Amino acid sequence: MENIETGQLIKLTVNEQSKEIYVRNSETLLHTLREKLGLMGVKPGCYNGDCGSCTVLIDGIPINACHILSVEAVGYQIMTIEGLKDQTIPEEFIKNWAIQCGYCTPGFILNSYALVQNNPDADDAAIDEWLESNICRCTGYQEIKESVKNILNVKR
Amino acid sequence: MNSNNFSVVGKSVPRVDIADKASGRTKYTNDLSSPGMLHAKLHISDRAHAMIHSINLKKAWEVSGVRAIITGESFPFPVGPLLADRPPLALKKVRYFGEPIALVVADTEQQAKKAAMLIEVVYEDLPVVNSPSEALKSDTPLIHEDLGSYKVQVKGVYPVPNTNIANLTKIRKGNLEAGWKNSDVKIDSKVSFGPSDHAALETRSARAEIKPSGHVIVHTASQGPFYVRKLLSQFFHIKPGMITVHTPAVGGAFGGKGAVQLEFLAYLASRAVGGKLVNLQNSREEDLMASPVHIGLEARVKLGATQEGKLQAAEIEYLFDGGAYSDTGAGISKAAASDCTGPYSIENVYCDSYCMYTNHPYATSFRGFGHPELTFAIERAMDKLAEKLNMDPLELRLLNAIKPGDTTPTQVHLNASNIGDISACLLRMKEMLNWNPDTQIMKTEDGKIRAKGISCLWKTSSTPPNATAGAVLTFNTDGSVNLSCAAIEVGQGTKTVLAQILAEKMKMAMKDIHVKLEVNTHHDPHQWKTVASSTTYIAGRAVMAAADDAITQLKKIGAVALKCLPDDLEVGNSRVYVKDSPEYGVKITDLAVGYKYPDGNTVGGLVLGEGSYNVRHLTPLDPETGFGKPGPQWAVGVQAVEVEFNPEDFTYRVLKSATVLDAGKVINPQAAIGQMRGGMYMGLSWASRESFIFDGHGKILNPQLRTYDILRSSEIPEYLVDFVETPLVDGPYGARGMGEYGVIGMAGALGNALAKACGTDLYQLPLTHERIWGSMKGGGR
Repeated sequence: MENIETGQLIKLTVNEQSKEIYVRNSETLLHTLREKLGLMGVKPGCYNGDCGSCTVLIDGIPINACHILSVEAVGYQIMTIEGLKDQTIPEEFIKNWAIQCGYCTPGFILNSYALVQNNPDADDAAIDEWLESNICRCTGYQEIKESVKNILNVKR
Repeated sequence: MNSNNFSVVGKSVPRVDIADKASGRTKYTNDLSSPGMLHAKLHISDRAHAMIHSINLKKAWEVSGVRAIITGESFPFPVGPLLADRPPLALKKVRYFGEPIALVVADTEQQAKKAAMLIEVVYEDLPVVNSPSEALKSDTPLIHEDLGSYKVQVKGVYPVPNTNIANLTKIRKGNLEAGWKNSDVKIDSKVSFGPSDHAALETRSARAEIKPSGHVIVHTASQGPFYVRKLLSQFFHIKPGMITVHTPAVGGAFGGKGAVQLEFLAYLASRAVGGKLVNLQNSREEDLMASPVHIGLEARVKLGATQEGKLQAAEIEYLFDGGAYSDTGAGISKAAASDCTGPYSIENVYCDSYCMYTNHPYATSFRGFGHPELTFAIERAMDKLAEKLNMDPLELRLLNAIKPGDTTPTQVHLNASNIGDISACLLRMKEMLNWNPDTQIMKTEDGKIRAKGISCLWKTSSTPPNATAGAVLTFNTDGSVNLSCAAIEVGQGTKTVLAQILAEKMKMAMKDIHVKLEVNTHHDPHQWKTVASSTTYIAGRAVMAAADDAITQLKKIGAVALKCLPDDLEVGNSRVYVKDSPEYGVKITDLAVGYKYPDGNTVGGLVLGEGSYNVRHLTPLDPETGFGKPGPQWAVGVQAVEVEFNPEDFTYRVLKSATVLDAGKVINPQAAIGQMRGGMYMGLSWASRESFIFDGHGKILNPQLRTYDILRSSEIPEYLVDFVETPLVDGPYGARGMGEYGVIGMAGALGNALAKACGTDLYQLPLTHERIWGSMKGGGR
């Protein structure tokens, strides 16, 4: 615990770019991405891994950025909503009215993207399980689920 | 839904904010960082009711980077929107678990947090008031000893000194005694539930800066930047013109961001560091505990009806759990009194609606403003009455549905415009859910029980008599229009709906209308707040007036250009043209910044459209009878659910959830469906899961989203939504407003369905599996 206030210079790979940043050892990736790299699409919601709003992809796996230290993310490919080139999922969210206030949207989109990439054969139960990690407080979730299903159906 | 002859209104045009939101690029309050900005963190109470003996700041000051620490003494005056009863930081005593006691300002958030945690408070515990009924007892300790000295800020709020009553609204309509005499059947029904939370995904945040000129700049995640300005002005004695409040996109609000709390603190923090910019953002725990919550209620409803089921009498007591401070809780108890019977025609009504002080977190507006709460009480009572009368619950509601010619509890006369058609909603629902005596309760092959429950709903806005909005239109050189209006986009789609109203009025394409999400009290015209499902109506009318103004100006310059009279002209398709020869016209592009002759001479100057609207003829409620007009109109609706209950383990699933709403003309059907689905989900989540869990000492045991349980995507039902469109004559294109309505009937519908499935009274929320087990087995808590 002594070195909690000390820090180090680390190299992170974020959205396919290498970034050299000085971070505190206790700094979360959420903090680094937002405050040091200005990637404000990573949304804090609970700082406790409960809401999924700050979901980013680490080597393609959705992770809550509030739940990982920046020093732990060294050596991995980190992707935020700002780095998502494939617009299939955002477009499908738009088409299905799956966005209201927009705050949970980046987390849901990245989580959905990871689902489609990692589990293209996902059935309804798998979709449900995958999306359960994220909270949306505005829509009734149905619009989000439909978006994911539509994309999976097209892929099949 | 018919689309009449409208080209944009009534069409599901895409949201104006959608591209930025889908790419994560929309900026919310806390997304704007500023070099050199200081950070503030709260130290909050870990007692629900205690005297503050001492506060030791020594260790906190030792943390490096700490620039200021403030406590209640730095501003020892109470603030509040309706009744000034709350010091921004606790003074002498704390009244709820989580109450802000001190604020640390430091260079970084980490330093501020570390220092805030090192503040030591010595308390002397006081007895804790755990419920509104306990608060009402005469021997219960007072939470506010000085209630009689607090300043009432608005008309129509009636605190009772030397009690725990922050407000009492009385309804006395007709003759209750006669009503009981005419009643063959009577029921007596109780419900109760504790406080819960809005839990918007974006936690509240505010930042403030005081310029050397004295100008105060505030950025806040708020539903009412002008309201923030008003209260800052009022309590800190700053002229409104010297305060600018900015609000960008808001990440969900649900009423919770209508309250002014962090803004006071951010201002005090900035003042303590010489006016530097200070940022204060709630953690999730603070947002749940320290900031205002969704109100609780204990209610008793007695209804009397004839043998045929015609309602004769209603005697109602609402005891709202306003928590430690009244905030808008006093207004909620008043709004609930105004609509206390639900949408039923009853001649004889007696209601006492209290906002009680307790040692719970203080309540503020929650989507529906007293109506989801009163509706649960009324609709459970209606089902009990139906059962006693041996009547179909839907038929009982149909028989008693309020309609033009009837009066409301506050004796407003209803007409064909100011109330929607509840009977039409009921009939549509009957069809949609295949509602008949055989399908209301059924056994499945695997031993489960399927049951349907229904709830009616209504609501008027309870806006103050001076609720207003304005709109200003400026034109770009490409002929497109900028719409400036202080309606806040909290996710409901208001910017899109207002743009549609403008597009329709100007006969322009949506792509030529620009609306920005950010509101700035310095640039945008005054607006009361974005609450009460009233923005489509009030701001919509302002937009129409502004469009009319712009059209008049365009015709005036157009008449010069086209050598005719303004009356000969029409505006549409980004042109001004001659009515009977539309091919003869001039583009708005060529008029909006003045019409230029070939020789360079220019006439007309800029076209600047302006318009405003104010609700009219509203009155405060009479203190003895409640007589008065609380809002301009009532949207109405019917909601229903179908549940599948497992009598083996007392669990259930909601299979279907349905809404038929009459909110007048639907401006954007797909956005409206989204509002209804989202409302149903929020209502079901509240009714089935959500509640703070307190220990016996008022301590909150579940201040995180892990333990404060919200429905997840796998748990949602199938949603069914439909609309009846009885126009409001005054409304823009006949629209009433709808943001809150999807929530209102859900607890009633769910409670009624489950009570049927379980064969037992269910009177407490949330309707957890454990609670149902308790009700059926006589066990539980």
